[in-house]
Amino acid sequence: MSKFITKQIEFVGMAAYQAIERFGFAIRLFWDSFYWLFVGRRYKQRVRFHQIVEQVRVNCFDALLIVLALSFVVGMMLAIQLIYALTEFGAESEVLRAIAKSVTREFSPLITGVIVAGRSGAAIAARIGSQVVSQEIDALKVMGIVPVRYLVLPPLLGLMVAMPLLVICADFMSILGGAVFAVGRLDMSIMAYMVESLNILLVNDIMQGLIKSVAFGIIIALVGATMGFHVTGGAEGVGKATTSAVVTSIAFIVLVDMIASYFLTQ
Amino acid sequence: MNNNAESVINVKNLVTHYGSRKILDGVDFEVKTGEIRVVMGGSGSGKSTLLWHILGLHEPSEGCVEVLGKDIHKISFNEQLQLKQNMGVSFQSGALFSSMNVGENVALPLREFTDLDENTIRIISRMKLEVVNLGGFHKLMPSQLSGGMIKRAALARAIVMDPKLLFFDEPSAGLDPVVASEIDDLILSLRDTMGMSMVVVTHELDSAYKIADRITVLDQGKNLFTGTVKEIKQCKIKRVKDLLERRSRHELVTSDEYLKRLTEENYTLS
Amino acid sequence: MSELIRFEKHGDACDIYIQGEVDLSNSAEIRKTVLGALKGAERVAVNLSAVEYIDSSGIAALVEGLQMANSRNKTFTLNQPSDQVRSILELARLDQVFTIV
Repeated sequence: MSKFITKQIEFVGMAAYQAIERFGFAIRLFWDSFYWLFVGRRYKQRVRFHQIVEQVRVNCFDALLIVLALSFVVGMMLAIQLIYALTEFGAESEVLRAIAKSVTREFSPLITGVIVAGRSGAAIAARIGSQVVSQEIDALKVMGIVPVRYLVLPPLLGLMVAMPLLVICADFMSILGGAVFAVGRLDMSIMAYMVESLNILLVNDIMQGLIKSVAFGIIIALVGATMGFHVTGGAEGVGKATTSAVVTSIAFIVLVDMIASYFLTQ
Repeated sequence: MNNNAESVINVKNLVTHYGSRKILDGVDFEVKTGEIRVVMGGSGSGKSTLLWHILGLHEPSEGCVEVLGKDIHKISFNEQLQLKQNMGVSFQSGALFSSMNVGENVALPLREFTDLDENTIRIISRMKLEVVNLGGFHKLMPSQLSGGMIKRAALARAIVMDPKLLFFDEPSAGLDPVVASEIDDLILSLRDTMGMSMVVVTHELDSAYKIADRITVLDQGKNLFTGTVKEIKQCKIKRVKDLLERRSRHELVTSDEYLKRLTEENYTLS
Repeated sequence: MSELIRFEKHGDACDIYIQGEVDLSNSAEIRKTVLGALKGAERVAVNLSAVEYIDSSGIAALVEGLQMANSRNKTFTLNQPSDQVRSILELARLDQVFTIV
């Protein structure tokens, strides 16, 4: 029995050690990425503009349709729930304000973050992981190409640009989704609802969502890359890394979202 | 091979650990200009580890690695970069970038490190594919190639910068004898025309005898023997002979030990 | 003109003499000279007898010269390549492509 407990403690200790090590690794990746972005030219490690544009395309435009569809649905869902809840107080007319604020500050960055974590985070982990397994990373190193500059920096910058763009689209679509359901109860036209929503929103509301989305983009890229670089054990390892990249980045997104909400709404 | 030739690789007293296990235990290793040096040894003998150290992929615990007269751990990033352009590596798995076609794979070092015109880059990379008999295959993706073609494409990428040093990790592993001997011929013709020095890590005896100027045999992290093909055939050291005749060390266990292995539930190798 | 390249013009023929080592640092210059010569002259001959070393980018410059000459119906020859040049040409089977005298 005591042997069993020792084993368990040992296991927890190892897991904690590994978690701290990987966290440090991710921070290091972030630092290195920007180091190479600024000094790369001097060491023949040029960052290609087209590589970053390509990453924005892959991460933004290819995810656009699903982000638009889901945020529309979330907007509608919010309208249904809020109208139900607010009718009890006779405050039905406040539904417009509630949707506009909650969507721009909270829901669209979160929905977008989760979708992009599932798409791009998984893709980054799988790509780097399989390159570790097939010795492609070693091949880059012996050629003199710094892997971080070539494999991590482009998706990192790409996501930092793509996420805010996606969030702006998601903001618009979820307000529209809310409008489609709410206009009947509020006796307004969709056009009037949209204009009214835009009038209510402050720059601060939109900015809060955008700042969060950039942070989420960084999380997704770093978690994906960290999991990818730590792949061991062939194809099965790549699969595990992909799964844990998605789960871990969603967990961090929710956590950071909460912390950011606390500080940004002070 | 000229005996007075300069040495291009000089490894002195290399020691390295993996956890608490010693992988390399004081290895000295010297390669001269224009030499083809084959490194042999059983699995776990440290032969691949030695290669990774020379390439700068691993940091040694002790000892130093000099390539083209420079200690690779003591020079600046830009000097390392220059050195790397003089070294080509052909990995066991080929390690072609799976997201690029063969032509882009071969052209990558030129695109990253030279200011050559796009037209010139295309000509050079296709010329290298011609050298390895893959002319016209530049549009294919690595996943569409056979094992032998992957190795040859990887070789084309390794020589695209006209390196002075070429490294092979198991060049003929997993290939049928005909293709393997084609690779051997390529290795020889590259040395003869371009004067490259090479280090070939392999366990294929036939291939080693065919291409080697000298053979180094590693065993349990130590340099057991270095000499020409003729010398190794006459070598009297028992482990070397065992290795050449492919006798494994497992025959050496005592009968007690053997019985334990078969019967004890929690048996692990000591 | 540099020490690497010497340039002689006789009517519509042009002789280019290359000597020393051709590598990444100077192959662009060779390329420019060869392509430039082909714009003016009808026949261009590159003499490679004094070349001690030529790398792939140097060979590529010559291939580009040949390509341009063929597309404009001009003559492009390599004269007396040194052993090193010849073995590199043979390695990529380019000795079948160039006219070598």
